[in-house]
Amino acid sequence: MHSAPPIRKYIFIGAALLVFTGITVAANQVHLAVPLAVTVALIIAIMKGSMVAAVFMHLSDEKKWIYGALLLTVAFFIVLMALPILTITDTIGTPIHPPAAEQPRH
Amino acid sequence: MNIPYTVEERPDTGLANGKLGIWLFLASEVMLFGALFSTYIILRTGAVEWPHGELNVGLGAVNTIILITSSVTMVMAWASLKLHNWGRHRLYLIGTFLLAGVFLVNKYFEYADHFNRGEGPAHSTFLAIYFTLTGLHGIHILGGMVVMLYFIGPGAKLYKSNPDQFVNRIEYTGLYWHFVDLVWIFLFPVLYLL
Repeated sequence: MHSAPPIRKYIFIGAALLVFTGITVAANQVHLAVPLAVTVALIIAIMKGSMVAAVFMHLSDEKKWIYGALLLTVAFFIVLMALPILTITDTIGTPIHPPAAEQPRH
Repeated sequence: MNIPYTVEERPDTGLANGKLGIWLFLASEVMLFGALFSTYIILRTGAVEWPHGELNVGLGAVNTIILITSSVTMVMAWASLKLHNWGRHRLYLIGTFLLAGVFLVNKYFEYADHFNRGEGPAHSTFLAIYFTLTGLHGIHILGGMVVMLYFIGPGAKLYKSNPDQFVNRIEYTGLYWHFVDLVWIFLFPVLYLL
């Protein structure tokens, strides 16, 4: 990157990040249903994170070696986030037939 | 001994060694925090109840604003060097350091409030993962402050002998600092709001 740094762009992105923080807090005051609240909060967080990575960390204009390293990181990160699903779908130790209901005593 | 490729780019990667090094380090950091976020998902989905309103949202939001502002001052510290404005660079770097300090002071008050009420990490699953995630993040803030203090103090004289290498070092410090900000951007809604 040999061109002059885009100062106004940095300030604009900083201001946008602050606005999005305000929106996140305001959305929390509305008391949405939990699945919707999680979705809204994560979408805003991903947007904010993307702005930091693309502009402040200059990822919008980087060399292919860095993109390659990050692509691998993203792949392993997805595996890491999928691990909780494995703990739910893991059936080892679970009886195949449910235990018979207790017979009523006479 | 002269370390190669601290300023000039390697012909094979097209990058100075430090740049690739800091990105590989950040990749390992993604996995470290990713493992803890994954743990959070397991604990939360497995819990019968999950507490709401245990944390001070106002203080969390203020800390988010502080970290975002510090990210802006950090990138401006680097940009000022690129524009050969040493005075502005010093101002922005010291500003970033001070903002990081304010973040930690806020965190101290938050932690102290919890401990005064007997709410340590052993109190509940939520507080255990809260202290683990924010504690690790806080250590990263402290690490960033040590590096910034070095470049405000003794490390600053490199600018006179090798300005390009100094600019690169500030860029790598900035990349680390923006990553720490990025982690908080996810920690804030996950712990304070959801």
